[in-house]
Amino acid sequence: MTSRPIGKDVPRVDGWAKATGSALYTDDLSLPGMLHGALLRSPVPHARIAHLDTRRAAALPGVKAVVVGSDLPAVRYGNWRLVPTTQDELALARDKVRFVGDEVAAVAAVDRDTAEEALALIRVEYEPLPAVFDLDAAMAAGAPVLHEATPDNVSVTRKIAFGDLEAGFGASDYVREDTFTVQAVSHAYLEPCATLAQADDLGRITLTTSTQTPYIVQCLLASTLGLRENEVRVVKPAVGGGFGGKMELRPWDVCAAFIARRTGKPVKFTLSREEELATGRRRHPMRLRSRVGFKRDGTLMAKDFQVLLEGGAYNSMGPTATFLVGNFGAMLYRYPAYRYAGAHVYTNHAPAGAMRGFGAPQALFATETQMNMAAEALGIDPIELRLKNAMRPGDEIPDVATVGTCGFSECLERVAEMSGWREKRSQGPGKGGGKGLGIGCYSFITGGVFNWFNTPYPFSAAEVRAYADGTVHLLTMASDIGQGSDTVLQQILAEELGIRMQDIHMTAGDTAMTPKGDLGTWGSRVTLMAGNAVLEAARQVKEELARMVSLRFDLNVVQEVELKDGMVRSKFRPDRGIPFAEAVAMAQKANRGKPVIGRGTYTPRDMGLVTPTFSFGAQVAEVDVDRETGVTRVTKVYTAHDCGTVLNPMAVDGQVHGCIQMGMGYALSEELVMRDGKTVNASFLDYKMPGALDMPECEAVCVETHDPRGPFGAKETGEGPISATAPAIADAVWHASGHRATALPITAEKLLAALDGDDSVAGERRAEASCAVPDPRPRG
Amino acid sequence: MKQTIRLRVNGDAYEVAVPPWRTLNEVLREDLRLTGTKRGCGDGDCGACTVLLDGRSVTSCLMLAVEAVGHEVTTVEGLATARDALHPVQAEFIAAGAIQCGYCTPGMELSAAYLLSRNPAPTDDEIRRGLSGNLCRCTGYQKIFEAVRRAADRLKEAARPDAAAGDPATGGPAGGDPSGGGARP
Repeated sequence: MTSRPIGKDVPRVDGWAKATGSALYTDDLSLPGMLHGALLRSPVPHARIAHLDTRRAAALPGVKAVVVGSDLPAVRYGNWRLVPTTQDELALARDKVRFVGDEVAAVAAVDRDTAEEALALIRVEYEPLPAVFDLDAAMAAGAPVLHEATPDNVSVTRKIAFGDLEAGFGASDYVREDTFTVQAVSHAYLEPCATLAQADDLGRITLTTSTQTPYIVQCLLASTLGLRENEVRVVKPAVGGGFGGKMELRPWDVCAAFIARRTGKPVKFTLSREEELATGRRRHPMRLRSRVGFKRDGTLMAKDFQVLLEGGAYNSMGPTATFLVGNFGAMLYRYPAYRYAGAHVYTNHAPAGAMRGFGAPQALFATETQMNMAAEALGIDPIELRLKNAMRPGDEIPDVATVGTCGFSECLERVAEMSGWREKRSQGPGKGGGKGLGIGCYSFITGGVFNWFNTPYPFSAAEVRAYADGTVHLLTMASDIGQGSDTVLQQILAEELGIRMQDIHMTAGDTAMTPKGDLGTWGSRVTLMAGNAVLEAARQVKEELARMVSLRFDLNVVQEVELKDGMVRSKFRPDRGIPFAEAVAMAQKANRGKPVIGRGTYTPRDMGLVTPTFSFGAQVAEVDVDRETGVTRVTKVYTAHDCGTVLNPMAVDGQVHGCIQMGMGYALSEELVMRDGKTVNASFLDYKMPGALDMPECEAVCVETHDPRGPFGAKETGEGPISATAPAIADAVWHASGHRATALPITAEKLLAALDGDDSVAGERRAEASCAVPDPRPRG
Repeated sequence: MKQTIRLRVNGDAYEVAVPPWRTLNEVLREDLRLTGTKRGCGDGDCGACTVLLDGRSVTSCLMLAVEAVGHEVTTVEGLATARDALHPVQAEFIAAGAIQCGYCTPGMELSAAYLLSRNPAPTDDEIRRGLSGNLCRCTGYQKIFEAVRRAADRLKEAARPDAAAGDPATGGPAGGDPSGGGARP
């Protein structure tokens, strides 16, 4: 039994519970007297609520509560607490509904059948309003307005600019301008959202909910109920995936808590898959226009990037997306001059939100596809073109971010080698009998440093309690939603204290029991931020125990004390040491029984606007295109990635594979198809995500760097790779077939039409489609 | 409206009063409190609700509870015989890193167990086909394929005439580390 788990294939600490079915997810819980909730949703995309009659529903035997918007405090909420004007949601609609699925009423009854029967008895009269379903309609002069405070439907604009753009283009030998469009896709986490609320005698709430951000839910729920933050306790049980789709307060959380307070009974809501797909959060559809200039030798000179984000009916995480897509547009390559303008536009669709890779899959599909197009036009190999312009350690996006460690060039070299790129790619497009290979690259953040939630607490925190029996209790609000952070945090702790994984007991994701604060699981932040907090806490314990051993053995002051193999001992004279448990007992005795506790926090300071450090990677996809059917089959994906120092290779592999799967769906098959504001493919039968038969063989290597900001040198790996997959597949489709896709997904129907020369079906945006970002409105 | 039915689940007999429209999935989860069986879609598309009916894999969300009368139902709770005696499929799911969020895991394991009960030495393609009714959104399936390959090897090992106790048919302990590589370093 080694006590050095870092860098090893450590199996998940929750593996047994999940493998045996004993892990408890929210919907698995039930309490005596528990009520079952159900939500009434708007069937129309935009309407004024003229009349609401809940009397028949309330009179149905077994119904314990019927709640409508006017029953709830009129407190708008949203994750961007730093800018309250962006907080535009109410749990239940008050005056009007803005998308098909907007929540209108909530019912709680003794069982689910009764709750559903009651929903059917609620009468709502809607006065229909004209609706807008795409960017052009929403931004047209005189367009219907979704929110009165936003008369032009543009809720957020963001800009990034550096360098002399005109000079850059002026000095360019080759300039091209392209427009790209990307679609809405679903997180499609396997566990539908669920929430369970309990109230105590004072009306304080305990909410067990399927969330990736317990602290955010705690604060926002308190504000919507008029409670103080700590009168709400949020508990995160096992969570069946999130991918960004479970990082906000949601209407069912508010309704469950409100009804629990009113009835004094526990209340549970569980969403159906249809609700999830038809009304749930999704990845922002975008239209991206990119103008880029090169020297004849391939040197990048300038880039002008304009992006319109279709946000749907509410802001959700749109303000972050609007900034990040501009940040990612400036990543990977050294642009001497860059200008970005982005606008977040309301439409009468279900709101888009954060999703794995947040902003990068869209920005990098455009960037990477355009690099491949430029390489073709310049007659330069796409990997050579990238190597010529690749970011290096220490590079800067002025006033935005600094690149720390960066193994991008090495990733490019490695992926070229692994895939046999130079030989296979030497053949021209469409010449490989339907086979082709293509490249895409990525960079991603390792945690976000911009405090949009305006937390007054640390970004992450951890408490380590060492006991005299040799066990250690780790407490942190960090939230494992399936990515494996509980395991990695315990690895970090075991490594630092020289104990075994099974010596550690962990309490996580509980706002009442774990130290404040933690912003949750998003932006690939947990390993770095919570990991550093755990390290700091562990080091305090270590220091205290080392002091005991120094005293006990009268160690020379120059001698280092190490914690290893369950011992606290002199590094120089390992025989001078005592077991960890004994050292803890000694420390307690020396302090009149005071427990041995370490407390660590992590809050980024002076790290720009984006992140402490970026991951990098390059990916090559091989495809087989069937010219007769238009079907693209991905046969192999090679990835070379820089995720800093690898803490758990098996877990890292799992993240890369999961990214490839989701990225492949984005590239080829996944799309929430909308018609008149309705999602028409709201089932897993019709929403096509890759299954066991679709997955290619995946080969990945880590180009290790050691990042001084990450625990043991680690950077992110859970989100970055997803952004490389779609452009790599699109490039491979070009190499295989000669068709260059600038719109996703590349379905068989679209590809076949394009290969037959029919542009109308292909969905490719014509060059004149506007991406003009309006100037920000003066705000009152 | 309710009718009383007798179900046999994981070898135990239950008597429950259920409305005839109640699915097997609902009765397992809500009446018998066997919540290891998940519900991911309710349409039979995702496979998270997979159970075995007389040893055959079925989606419990598409089957009425009354239809299960007279049959032997096996859920994930019935796969392991003791805390430290996991079914080889469970043990290898843990050891190979085939579990992330875990929501697809019970159904995936039962499909894998069914596959291996019919085909103890599946090819890679047969493993893919055997799992094609189960969606996973986290793992990209690679480690799941690996876990099934390793479980097949373990079962093969256990089935050798000279092998010690371990019954591949019921998936009893198959030798080696009983906690299935769940042992922590």
